[in-house]
Amino acid sequence: MPSFVLYLIHTLFPHDVRRPTELGADFLIIMSGVIIVYYLTKQKKWRYLWDEWLTTVDHKKIGIMYLIAAIAMLFRGGVDALMLRTNLALPTTPVISASEYNEVFTTHGTIMIFFMAMPLIFALWNVAVPLMIGARDVAFPRLNAMSFWLFAFGALLLNISFVIGGSPNAGWTAYPPYTGVAFNPGPGENYFFLSLLIAGMGTTMTGINFLVTTLRMRAPGMTLMKMPMFVWTTLTTAALILFAFPPLTVALAMSLFDRLFGSSFFTLTHGGMPMMYVNLFWLFGHPEVYIVVLPAFGVFSEVVATYSRKALFGYSAMVLSVLAIMFLSYGTWVHHFFTMGAGPAVNAFFGLSTMLIAIPTGVKIFNWIFTMWGGRIQLTTAMLYQIAFIPTFVIGGATGILLATVPADYQLHNTYFLVAHFHNVLIGGVLFGLLSGTYYWWPKMFGHKLDERQGKWAFWLYFIGFWVTFGPQYLLGLEGMTRRMYTYPLGFGWHELNVISTVGAFIMGAGFVVMVYNVLYSLKYGERDLTGDPWDGRTLEWALPSPAPEYNFARIPVVTARDAWWDMKQKGQTLANSLSSHDISTLEMPKNTPVPFLLGLSFFVVGFGMTFEWWIIVAIGAIGVVASLLYSAFDYDEHKHINADVIRRTESALGRLQG
Amino acid sequence: MPKRRRRWPYRYIAPLVLVGLLVSGCGQQYVLLHPVGPVGKSELHLLILASLAMGIVIALVLILLAITVIRFRDKPGNRAPYTPNWHGNKTLETIWWIVPVVLLTVIAIPMVNQTFALAKVPKAKDPVVIDVTSLTWKWLFQYPGHHVATVNYLEIPTGEPVLFELTADSPMNTFWIPQLGGMEYTMPNRVLPLWLEADKPGVYWGHSGNYSGIEFEKMFFDVKAVSPAAFNRWLNQTHQTAPPMTMQDYHALLKFNTVGYQTYGNYPTDTFPSVMSGYTLTGSGMYLIEHNQHGLKYVPMSNK
Repeated sequence: MPSFVLYLIHTLFPHDVRRPTELGADFLIIMSGVIIVYYLTKQKKWRYLWDEWLTTVDHKKIGIMYLIAAIAMLFRGGVDALMLRTNLALPTTPVISASEYNEVFTTHGTIMIFFMAMPLIFALWNVAVPLMIGARDVAFPRLNAMSFWLFAFGALLLNISFVIGGSPNAGWTAYPPYTGVAFNPGPGENYFFLSLLIAGMGTTMTGINFLVTTLRMRAPGMTLMKMPMFVWTTLTTAALILFAFPPLTVALAMSLFDRLFGSSFFTLTHGGMPMMYVNLFWLFGHPEVYIVVLPAFGVFSEVVATYSRKALFGYSAMVLSVLAIMFLSYGTWVHHFFTMGAGPAVNAFFGLSTMLIAIPTGVKIFNWIFTMWGGRIQLTTAMLYQIAFIPTFVIGGATGILLATVPADYQLHNTYFLVAHFHNVLIGGVLFGLLSGTYYWWPKMFGHKLDERQGKWAFWLYFIGFWVTFGPQYLLGLEGMTRRMYTYPLGFGWHELNVISTVGAFIMGAGFVVMVYNVLYSLKYGERDLTGDPWDGRTLEWALPSPAPEYNFARIPVVTARDAWWDMKQKGQTLANSLSSHDISTLEMPKNTPVPFLLGLSFFVVGFGMTFEWWIIVAIGAIGVVASLLYSAFDYDEHKHINADVIRRTESALGRLQG
Repeated sequence: MPKRRRRWPYRYIAPLVLVGLLVSGCGQQYVLLHPVGPVGKSELHLLILASLAMGIVIALVLILLAITVIRFRDKPGNRAPYTPNWHGNKTLETIWWIVPVVLLTVIAIPMVNQTFALAKVPKAKDPVVIDVTSLTWKWLFQYPGHHVATVNYLEIPTGEPVLFELTADSPMNTFWIPQLGGMEYTMPNRVLPLWLEADKPGVYWGHSGNYSGIEFEKMFFDVKAVSPAAFNRWLNQTHQTAPPMTMQDYHALLKFNTVGYQTYGNYPTDTFPSVMSGYTLTGSGMYLIEHNQHGLKYVPMSNK
């Protein structure tokens, strides 16, 4: 059937995925695929991969898989950024065409928010939260694995768009009517909506899971006001996810209906209302900003206390401000489109609510500084990110206030001033926070520290690169340069600043290279963590060996103070010195299951089929989804037992069993 | 690990960079800092006020952070007091709940005032009305009072407010003339009002601020501000001499492409409102919606 083959080639590999960059990516993907398959086969690791990782429900392993995915996505999003910046440094001889540029800025934003920041947060949650609250796993371990695989296959669906069929090109906000088939034929936007819908389901489930985990799974004695700050931010972020993702799901689904089934919710014709999409999107989008930044705040609250060797200053005020941010963040979404004519009363209200949310955030800044005051500050890599975060985030917040000043926003909206502002808070706040947390909890995940010297190199490259990139972009905004232009005429004075900005982007790229080298180097040469408490930590995860055994706690500890582990150390206690052989009993733990992986795969098939409107493939995938869920629902054999003897042997091998 | 430190001349570089930026900040290319109309000026004033207030916060935090990190670093022989259990101070905490409130109030009050003030065309003057339609990678400007239409450029009188009625027969764009004032979206099925005014004659550039496709970056347009007398002359002359726009011309403009300047001495009346079916008018209450046998019609309140 040669015509069928031609149709397939024409659909899957149209002209715009046969450009040199795409062919290069094809080559790299195929090569790395071959290498991975060869390695796994040669080392006979397929069984290991399946048993230990693909079917696991252990929160620590799921956390590590999130981390690997996030770093891979940081690479992809970062390469996208370098392509964008290269083009803008060469306005007379663009390196990539307009259509490529539009695809690249779309995937840059989408990947960085949904497939880099979110999984990196979930990595830290999975790695740290159950250990911090003295639990053996999250509340719903199987659901946790489903969340991961839905995220992973959603990310895969978005990423293959670059080489199969064509990427989305309407920006990460995907404003209609530009996303409609009239202006945007081809599968690109279908990929966008479907991948976010699939990953969004996973995210919503993660929200539910961690909300229940933090509320119900805490060790005896750990009251809400004794929870570590990171756990507080987990709780509030999980609540934010629960209420913020439904509007996104609705907006994406309605856009998809417009494209696939000819509805007119947001179209140009038939009375569609594009602005309703904008409302729904930002009703999700603004809480999303806090969904990504609150966990970073949580990391900083742990890091600053640990490396200042001092209790967190103003704990109650910190809790109060986190809760205030959680509530207020639902009431600020219109500030993303003051210039859509909502009228002065609405605009003034949302300008004020935006300024209001700055107050609790400002309070947190002062509390972090005063946590350091009177402490003994160790300038480790994680702490350097913290110290760099404070001024960077304050400046980003201050420019946010300028943007919240409604009349000023009419001038600054959609300019490079805005671009600089949100990178200022997202890199200075979120990325610095999550990297800080990664360096901080790395020993707990892998049993060794990351090399500090290389870590500091990476830090300085990121930090300096950041300011060289985004400082000039504020000025470009004042020069009237608007965002998302793939090139620009000379004569506006925009060229010089763009060149500086591009240099900065490459400095940050060098930071990434050093960071990855640091990871690989430390895998082999990093200082081993034999005590489980390399930083002289304050919270319960440091009471465990690194990495923690499968069951985390042989016996669940009783918490009596806020910094539980610090308090135990002050009293000369450890988890080990009171643990005797007869305290240990056989434990029931969740059992590995292939269902989450198969469920994710089935959703991927549904998404891929729907992208090209191949309904037979959709049906096959849907059967897979239903079958996975039915199998899971009737699978009562979901627990395994870890024998007390096994635990005794493990604990005494770790030197943590008395007698 | 032995520390190898090399001294770089930071202390010379930093001020030089700062001075360089300040000097370049006065350059004419910083269009937002050189407004030529009352709207742009009041927006700039607010921007400066907010920057000053926020500058105080930034300075405070930077100084405090620097002192803290230097003073309490963990190194041998540091004699600063070590208070590991100090975890709160009511007075201090009250201060930093209050400081941001005060600074933000300073910004918030004029912000609210100006937000309401800029939403209304100054009453004393009767504005020139220009209908703006963003098309795919081009701009159509229509002067409903004189039935003159232009593409990708417009003429406005100086010293008088101009009321733009913004809509789109394309994906969303924003209509922005940086030196005159802020932008507003052009959206299909909606009409948004925006007024601007030029103080002095000149040619100012405008651009779309919202991405709308592969040639979106070419959506520049020119704004020629001329004296009111010259403006009226231009309108009358154009109306008499330029060819009228036909529906064919309009449909040609709907194609996805870019075009140069175009001038028309007349246009089919329904090219502006008919692109919208069932539009709603919101905005600042400057408009009334009239029902008649042709359907919906909107009229600016000032005409009543």
